Parts: sequence; C-alpha cells; structure tokens
Amino acid sequence: MSTYPQAIDDWFHSRGWQMHPHQRQMLACAHAPATLLIAPTGGGKTMAGFLPTLAELAAGQHTGLHTIYVSPLKALASDIARNLAQPVADMALPIRIEDRTGDTPQTRKRRQRADPPHILLTTPESLALLVSYPDAPKIFANLQRIVIDEIHALAISKRGAQLFLALSRLQALAPGLRRVGLSATVEHPATIAAMMAAHPQNCTIINADPGPAPDIAMLPTAEAPPWAGGGAAYAIEAVMQEIKRHKTTLIFHNTRAQAELFFHRLWMANDAALPIGIHHGSLARAQREKVETAMAQGQLRAVVCTGSLDLGIDWGDVDLVLQIGAPKNVKRLIQRIGRANHRYNAPSKARLVPANRFEVVECIAALQAARAGQLDDDPPPTAALDVLCQHILICACAGPFCADALYHEIRSAGAYQALPRASFDACLDFCATGGYALRAYDRWQRLQQRPDGLWQLRDPRSAALIRQNIGTIQDIDTLKVRMKGRGGAPLGEVEESFAATLTQGDTFLMAGQIVRYEGLREMTVEVSRAPGRQPKVAVFNGTKFATSTQLSQRILQIFAQEDWRDLPAHTRQWLELQKTVSALPVSGELLIESFPLEGREYLCFYGFAGRNAQQTLGLILTKRMEEAGHEPLGFVATDYATLIWGLQRVENPGALLEGAALRAGLDGWLQGNAVMKRTFRASATIAGLIQRSHQGLRKSGRQATFSSDILYDTLVKFDPEHLLLNITRTEAMRGLVDFGRIEHMLESLGQNITLRRLARVSPLAAPLLLEPGRVPVKGAAQERLLQEETARLLAESGLASLSQTSSPAPTPPAKAPA
Amino acid sequence: MSASDMHFSFTLQGAALQARASGLLWWADQRALCVSDLHLGKSLRPAKHGGAALPPFEVIDTLQRLGAEIAALNPETVICLGDSFDDATASTELPRTIETHLHRLQDGRRWIWIEGNHDPGPVALPGQLMHSLALGPLVFRHIATPTGSGEVSGHYHPKATVPTRARAITRPCFLLDHARVILPAFGTYTGGLASSHPALAGLMAPGALAVLTGPRALALPMPR
Repeated sequence: MSTYPQAIDDWFHSRGWQMHPHQRQMLACAHAPATLLIAPTGGGKTMAGFLPTLAELAAGQHTGLHTIYVSPLKALASDIARNLAQPVADMALPIRIEDRTGDTPQTRKRRQRADPPHILLTTPESLALLVSYPDAPKIFANLQRIVIDEIHALAISKRGAQLFLALSRLQALAPGLRRVGLSATVEHPATIAAMMAAHPQNCTIINADPGPAPDIAMLPTAEAPPWAGGGAAYAIEAVMQEIKRHKTTLIFHNTRAQAELFFHRLWMANDAALPIGIHHGSLARAQREKVETAMAQGQLRAVVCTGSLDLGIDWGDVDLVLQIGAPKNVKRLIQRIGRANHRYNAPSKARLVPANRFEVVECIAALQAARAGQLDDDPPPTAALDVLCQHILICACAGPFCADALYHEIRSAGAYQALPRASFDACLDFCATGGYALRAYDRWQRLQQRPDGLWQLRDPRSAALIRQNIGTIQDIDTLKVRMKGRGGAPLGEVEESFAATLTQGDTFLMAGQIVRYEGLREMTVEVSRAPGRQPKVAVFNGTKFATSTQLSQRILQIFAQEDWRDLPAHTRQWLELQKTVSALPVSGELLIESFPLEGREYLCFYGFAGRNAQQTLGLILTKRMEEAGHEPLGFVATDYATLIWGLQRVENPGALLEGAALRAGLDGWLQGNAVMKRTFRASATIAGLIQRSHQGLRKSGRQATFSSDILYDTLVKFDPEHLLLNITRTEAMRGLVDFGRIEHMLESLGQNITLRRLARVSPLAAPLLLEPGRVPVKGAAQERLLQEETARLLAESGLASLSQTSSPAPTPPAKAPA
Repeated sequence: MSASDMHFSFTLQGAALQARASGLLWWADQRALCVSDLHLGKSLRPAKHGGAALPPFEVIDTLQRLGAEIAALNPETVICLGDSFDDATASTELPRTIETHLHRLQDGRRWIWIEGNHDPGPVALPGQLMHSLALGPLVFRHIATPTGSGEVSGHYHPKATVPTRARAITRPCFLLDHARVILPAFGTYTGGLASSHPALAGLMAPGALAVLTGPRALALPMPR
C-alpha cells in the first residue's frame, strides 16, 4: 500500500465522501507500468485515474510535464480541465492543469511547448501532433504518467492504433512512463489490457463494483409503430408524457437526421413549452455549447441527442434515458443507459422506443441480451499499416530517425508486436518514394536516407503538410450552413454530397428548425427560415451502426418461436402477416423475395449475415446480374438482408447464388467495386498519399482535384501489388467485405433456398426501402437511363440547329443533315 | 452499342467535326485530331511541393488512350491544345521509355503543341510550338475568348451533371455553341469544372450543347 498526502483524505472527508475501493486500489497500483480500470459510469473513474498524479505532485517537487490525459472527445478534455481544477484548488495543491485540443489558440499551444503544465489534457490527434515537433524530447523529458479515458472506445480503432504508436515514441523519450486506461464495462478486458501495455510488459486490471442492475423496458405507447420508417413519430405523445414525469430526459437517436426530425416533431407537440434542446455532432460548436451549459445548469427538461453524448460529461440530474430506434449493439445500449442517474449505486432507468415493427423484435432481443449481461464481442485489433505510414511521417517531422530503432520501438505497441520487418520496410519505402513499381523520379523523394544512414524529410515544407493531415478519423467533406444575410448565424454542417442535391427552395431540418436552401456562397450553404413547411429530410452524416452478431441470432430465435406471446399484439400480427404473404427467415435457410414497385424489380435476400457480408453479397449479386443482362441499378444492405433493384425481373435468383460460380474470380471483380474504392480512399488519406481537401483550393474555383478513384484505378492497372492496394484488400476483407461470413452462410444453406414471388412489398422488406446508404451499380442500366435522359432533354430543348445527331456510320463524318 | 454512339457529329463555321466519346475532337476533312489538357507529369506536382508522390502511371495511361485513337483514325495532324505538360519542366523530366512511346505516336505526322498556361515556352520534344493555329475556318488556342469565332479550345476541363431517374451522373464533356467548342481534359489525373460554373456559363451562348464523354458520346443541352 503506497502512502498518499493527507490533503487528499481531508478533501474527501470535507465533501462527506468516502474514497471508493477502486480509487484506493489505483493509488496502491500507482507504480505499476500499466493499469486498466473497469468501472461503470458515475463511479468516480476519472478521479481514480488522477489520484496517483495528485499524490505525486502534492509535494511540488516536479518540474515540467507529469501526466498526459487523453480523451476521445475534445469537449471531454476541456470539461475535465474544469472538473479537476476544483479539487486541486480545494486541496491547495501546486499543480498547473491545461487542455490542448484542435480548438486551443495557437499562442497558447506555442507557450505549452516551451513551458508545459504539470497535467496536459488532450486528444489522440493533438498528442500525435505534439510528438511530431522537433522539441518533443524536451517537452516529454519528465513525463511520468499517461491516463487514457474511455479507452474501450479507442482501443480497437485506428485512433487507438495511432495513440499506441505515439505512446511507443513517448516511452522511448521518457522510459519511466506509466500507463493507465479507464474503461466502461467490456466483454474482454484482457484484449484492451494487451493493447495498452508496452509489449511485453503486463497490465494490471482493476474491476470496480458494477453497481445495481438497470431498470430497462419497452416504452408503452397507445399507437402501434408503423411497418417501416425510422421516425418514431407515433411515440411522440408517449415520449412527451415521460418528459413531463421526469426531471431530465436524454433521448438518444442512432443518426443525426433522425434526431433532427424527432426534435422537430417533439417541438410541435410541446404544448407546455417545456425547455427541450438538441445536441449532435453536425451542429455548430456554439450551438452545442449552449445546450451543454443549459444542461449542466439543470435548465433543460430533455435533450434530443446522438452518439455525441454517448461519452463524456456527467450530468447528475438525468433520471431517464430513452433510446429511439433499435440499439443495434448491447454495449452501446448499456453505456447510454448509464447516462441516467449518475449516482453510484442508484439503478439507471431506460426505455426503448422501436421506430417500426421490425425494430420491436430487435429491441426485445436487445433487452434479453442486456438483462443477461451478454455484451458483444469486439473484432480483434490488427496492425493497421496506413496508420504506421502516418506514424513514420510524424517521426520524420520531429527529426532524422534510424529505421532499426524505430522498428524496434513500434513493436512495443500492442497490435504491432508481431509486425514483420518486411512490412515495416514497405511502409518506410512508401513514405520515402511512394513505393511504385516504376521508379523514375528519385529526385522528388519525400524521405531521403543521409550518408550516416538516418532518414529525413527532403523538403522542409513536407512537415507542415504532414502535420495538417494528422489523424485517422475519416471526416466526410462537409459544408457550413449559415443564415442568409450579413452576420447570419452559423447553424452547423451538412455533407457536401447532400448539399449537391439541393436546389433553391428545397427545405430541410437543421438545428431543430426548417430552413430553405437559398444558394451556395463561398462554400457555405446559405439558408433562410421557412416556417410551417414540410421539410426534405437532411441525410447528412447518416452514421450507420452495425447490429452485432449475437443480436441478429437472437432475432432469428424470436422468429422461430412457436408463438409470440411475449411480443406486443401489433408486432405479433405483423409477423403473422409476413408469414401469410411470404415467409419468415429461419436459420439454415435463405429466404428470397421478389416484387415489383414503381417501375422497378426488387429482390430481397434475407441472409442475416451482418451488414458487411450482406453488402458484399449485394456487390457479388449485382455483378452477376449485370453480366446476365438483368440491368441492376443499385442495392442496399442491412444486417439482415440485401435489397437489390433494377430494370428487369430475374427469373431464377437462386441461380445467382451457386457456390462455385460465386467464388470463381472473386478477386478480379472485387477490385473494381465501390466498396474497395471507399476503403482505398480512407487508407490513402491516412497513409499520406492524398490530402484532405483544402477549403482554400475549392474556394478559388479552380478545376476540382481529380477523385481518388482514378488513383485507385491506375494502381490496379499498373501496380497491382502496391502497398496501398494490399492494405485496401486486407481492410476490406476484414471490414467491409467480410467474405468469411458469406462462405459460412452459403455452406450452411446448401440447397435450402426459398423463393417467394410477391405482388407487392412484404412487411419485412418495407423497412429496407427507407434504409440509407444505397450503393449504385454503374452498369448497363445507368447507361440506358443516361441515354434516355439526354435524348429527352435534347428533344425538349429544340436545340437541333447545332446537332446533326449521331451519324449512322463512324467515319467519314456526316455531312449536313437532309 | 452501335458505332454511331462513339461520336457526336456537328458543324462549326462550316467545318464538319466529331466530338468523340474518348474526349478527342476529329476533323476528318483535314485528317486532324485534336486533344486538350494532357497534363503529362501531373503525378509529380504534389511531390515537388513537399507532398507525397502520386502513382507515376498517368503519363503511360494517357498516352495509351491517345495511342488507341491515333491507331484508329491515322491522323495527318495532331493538335495538342495546351497544358500538355503539367509544368514548364515536365517535358524534360519524362522517363526515356515514355519519350520513346511519344516519338512512336508522333512518327510521320505533323504534331503541334499549342502553349497553355501550365506549359508556356519551349517543349523539349519534337513538334511545332505555337501560340495558336488557324486552319481553314477554325482557330485552335488554349483558352477560349469571349469574342472568338470558329474557336477550338480547352483549359476549363468542363464536366456536366445529368439527373436521371436513378441518380445524378457527372462526366467530362465537350461544350459547343455556334462560335466555339471547348474540349474536356484528356489527361488521366485531371479533374473537372462543372458546366454550371459562371466561367463556363458566361462564355457559352444560350442554346449551347454539352456532349458527355465515356462509354458513349451523349449530347444534351448544356446544364447551367
């Protein structure tokens, strides 16, 4: 048991508090090289992480940086700065605390490098940026501890990979560095522990008391949920009643667009004019901060929100959490439930509100899993090579480096412990020369090896470019939205692709109000107020959560039940109707539905293989349909089904699935598809091949830069074994493509395929029609539509004078028209 | 697909021209083939400014596509409408194999390099360097002039977006009215400027056409 200053004990007593057992344990383990604390929300987790730091700094002997705190959220870093300042002031400890994120002013950032505080609160990206400075050895020389908050949200992601690589650098600069991870409840703590410790050191795991079981159930509503759709409009009245009955309610949504729609409807039904706010990641920072402040002061009765409030700030007054839409993932559900009642040892209260009848089944499956305490498995982390490329470039920014030493160093970082030297060398070669089969341009290398063997940047301007590009989060290109007129208030952001679909007069929801699109000015979307209109829904940042495998299996089990006495009557009837007009999917059999709708032919494959596998199935099937002349137009995949539409009816869809043909030449066609290109774009950006788009360039109205798809196509054609293509294949296989599950599905199916020809859409297929994230098929059907449309436009315009229309023969060219 | 889909025929100041699906302009009476904005050497641009080296395969890809059209049409004259090289030094930096490839294309033809804003001044390769070229009723230059007539130019990399029943489709395109035709960029690593951009919408007369390139040459009223 290590000793700690009396001031800390006194402070707890003065507040009438007792130190939690896990907080004592953290003090006792203060000298362990790595410690992982698993504790529920509200368990004084952050304080537990900082107690050893406060104890060590109490004497005032330490100079320079002592502890770095890393959080996945900027807002959390600045929030902790405030929350930590109070006890430090109360205990009269000689400790300086500052935060450093993308929002910190430049002057303060510069000062922090020359004169760092004792405790620095930051994000993985800002930390990587600090590591890239030549004065990093000086900044981190006295560093003792690093505290990683919400490590469960980081560990298995590329942000985590970047953080652990940065840690390997810090450990080399400050060998005595001790690591602490703070995590919510997870299924496999050992996986996270192995990631965060410096390989091959061990990590101590401390488990806090998980507290009482939460009170969770479905929200009873007078009206039945609809067959399809994600709005949950039917539940507005019931939700309003719940808000009135509780002090503060958090209303979670899975997407920002759904949150906006729901907030709008809630506001219309808000006869009592209760203070209700909205909070999501696409809103302007000022808007979000306003809601956060009002919430912290207890002024709001409800906040409609998204994952932006999954993590972070503790609000003691929240006494109800509502989840609108199926939770998709039990771990996220548990975390959201934990937002209600942040008092340790008080049960959290949460109610689920399915948006349609399929989601009723999903919600019941999630309730079963949550009550059984069965969390979802995380995919195993892998050594992401694109992140390693970025790390090599970051190290080059800090100064000349030795390849052997860097290789040795990065092998201490969790996922990279088994990285072969050849893979490292390929990444280094990519950073230096591009690593292309054609090596013609050595004088323009990005990294050069000096006569003494160290590697350095050829052009000092590279450092600025590399620093601008640090990070692994793939932000979609967005445009700011602002009220028209001088000094118009900024409202938030929409995806560029969404803005491109707007024409003047279109209306959409933004920051809880209906706005009218006026035009695009200097890359800002200008809008005006449009009261009382029906909005065109904003589809900006339609984040999709994938349903975990275990939830999918539970849903199939519910389908297979003898009767559905435990389901609400409306859902029971809905399932019975599906059984009557078509069939219910069951394990070991593939249900295919075929139906016409609005001039298109639809096929629906209920594979229940997870979103990624269903998406790959969509790619394979549309490819085969294209070859067979069925003219597919596009498809959409969910965790349960793939819905394909096209111009022609397919007579024997089961034949599309014949195993041998399906597997033949997979690799060849795979290269050309949209999913691969999307994966390539992400990895090429992280690895530093392409820059994130610069506002300045777009503003100048110059010809837009060509798309990364062209780079991909060129590499596939001329250099198919290039590092980035290998990375893309690996990523796609494990992530977006998920071949394994398709193979598994096909094997378990054998010949068990049921085809149902329907006159109209089935109850089960209806929700898919409204699913976002459609993948276009750029084939014959597209060419046919384009031909039809251009011909129609030309005929309508009466612009015949310029055209002689296409000539019947290619050469010689036609003379004047007859 | 019928062969007629592969080009769109029109007349400009009496000259019968073909806007080809490949993005090239063919004047059969003169046996003249016109190509714009090859931007050879563009893959090096980021690297020269401290950025990453892009895959250096755009030159070979561009020349292979150009070569296919030359083989099909056997032109007497090839007119490159400027910005053939991405910068002033790019023509000196081409690898030897690429230079050989280019020489093969040039062999036995009149080859004209029109100066562009990216590549003003001499070219370190065979061929005739000109500011502009007058041929019959037509004049070939890099950038269109507001008062030009019978003018063939490039520079803007025009592209057009067509809304169809399924989705909006964007492709590089020719723009043409009674006074001028603007060619799409041919280089593999070239982006595009929307036909609705004021620079293009202001230049082209009412009633102008866009001819999409790609699998087919498709004409439509220029989207503004």
